[in-house]
Amino acid sequence: MKNKRALFAVPYVGWMTLFVVAPIVMVVIYAFTAASGGLTLENFSRMGTYAVVFTRSFKLALIATVICLLIGYPLAYWISREGPGFQRVAMMLIMLPMWMNFLLRTYSWMSILENTGLLNRFFSAIGLFSLINGLSGASIEYFPMINTQGAVVLGMVYNYLPFMILPIYSVIEKLDGSLLEAARDLGADSARVFRKVILPLSLPGVLSGVTMVFVPSVSTFAISKLLGGSNELLLGDLIEQQFLGTAYNPYLGSAIALVMMIVVVVCMAMMNRFGEGEEQAVML
Amino acid sequence: MKKNASWLNRFFMVLVFLFLYAPIFVLIVFSFNDSQSRTVWQGFTLRWYAELFRDRQIMSALSTTLLVSLLATLIATAAGTMAALGFFNMRKRWRGVCMTVNSIPMTNADIVTGVSLCLLFVAFFGGWEAFAGWCNGVQGLIRLPSRLHMGFGTLLIAHITFNIPYVILNVMPKLRQMDKNLIDAAQDLGCTWMQAFWKVVLPEIKPGIVSGALIAFTMSVDDFIISYFTAGSSASTLAMVVYGMTKRRISPKINAISSLLFITVLTLLIIVNVREARMEKQAARRRL
Repeated sequence: MKNKRALFAVPYVGWMTLFVVAPIVMVVIYAFTAASGGLTLENFSRMGTYAVVFTRSFKLALIATVICLLIGYPLAYWISREGPGFQRVAMMLIMLPMWMNFLLRTYSWMSILENTGLLNRFFSAIGLFSLINGLSGASIEYFPMINTQGAVVLGMVYNYLPFMILPIYSVIEKLDGSLLEAARDLGADSARVFRKVILPLSLPGVLSGVTMVFVPSVSTFAISKLLGGSNELLLGDLIEQQFLGTAYNPYLGSAIALVMMIVVVVCMAMMNRFGEGEEQAVML
Repeated sequence: MKKNASWLNRFFMVLVFLFLYAPIFVLIVFSFNDSQSRTVWQGFTLRWYAELFRDRQIMSALSTTLLVSLLATLIATAAGTMAALGFFNMRKRWRGVCMTVNSIPMTNADIVTGVSLCLLFVAFFGGWEAFAGWCNGVQGLIRLPSRLHMGFGTLLIAHITFNIPYVILNVMPKLRQMDKNLIDAAQDLGCTWMQAFWKVVLPEIKPGIVSGALIAFTMSVDDFIISYFTAGSSASTLAMVVYGMTKRRISPKINAISSLLFITVLTLLIIVNVREARMEKQAARRRL
């Protein structure tokens, strides 16, 4: 009886095999294939030439993740302590920007950060540059903000911050209030309650938030292209170039994609080890 | 919970929300700017909105985006609910395997999903070409198209593929929370299993289905990377048009269309939330 209803899953299992498993198998095959055909490890050894891109990608993604955590955790925590109406509106406001395509929002940052952009115009309007120039004798006309690594990190934080806030919030919000009361009754002050009860219990949310920010950050290509210009190439840009860009080489591209997949699997494995039952926390 | 939100906390929240909404605000303001510039204000105009509706490229991209998102959401919601039912009735070990594979498109980087699907489609088209050539050579009855291209079809397949996992993830917990005796009770009272499903199971898991569909639609609308790798050159979504424009210069028409989309979503969300709040209030009153 039980097995009969499991048949409902058959079409989707077929679909998964075809469009989830088979494509990954293809990536693996391509990663170990030479352009001339035949098995090779050359694609992986060639990656060494792109070591700079690898370190840059991981560095920027890591910075963005830490910043997201530093902003997202307190925000999620404080929102969860407000009234239900406030919480509802706040969550709506956090999700709302996601409905505007992220390219549009990133494009908007371009006009804010440009050398002749809104922020620099604002600084010059309030006389900041003439003040600096007067004090130091330099002749600054603008702060170079766009096409820097800082701008790329800003783009990542801006786009993926909701992915940090939502899982943390959903975990903290579901915390059993009686646990906190018990801790207080047993004499813990609020700092201790936070450290000993709230923080450990919200760890699954933090971990899923960290993964949900780190993975897209390390693999992004549009953000770096828009805000980082052509000199801050990231892993995503590298892959894109191998498939659709000028340096057409799907074999190398697959090898890089495979490495990225392994990174994600390692991330997930660490997360599963730390947080049991994080499954519910992953989604809003 | 105790309410002791200090002013500092509130101030921090306001700062974060300012950060989240500043670019959107800039985007909307400059959709009314009477100039091509995206940083210098030249006066108020509505001409970008008027021109928007005459722009073939943007309008067709908009309809592609909406169509692919809607279709993918509908199909993924139905398929995902069915698959969740199947998974739920599986033996534990198989369920574990299926759920792991199911989570791959969610956890994998978008670019990896996009690239791997792109490889699959290209390989399939290569195989198809050989097959069609052979088939057309052997018989003259049915003429198969010898060349296939990536386009709306592949785009739709990709969107369905990354949407279904979100639906399953939202429906599964609701199935688990459901009292299993309900189905037995319904069947004891003479329902067939199908009737029990429509009358008992579906209403119970409906919130999960709705939120799954909502998330699926959001993901579809917001997606750029996977679409970019699977749409080929014949179909393009709004995001792809924007990306193409960033290489040259983005027309304020893009600002206009994004403002319109934003206002639409905002209105919808406000209506839904007000209705929900009102219903909750009514429910609370009834309880009293």
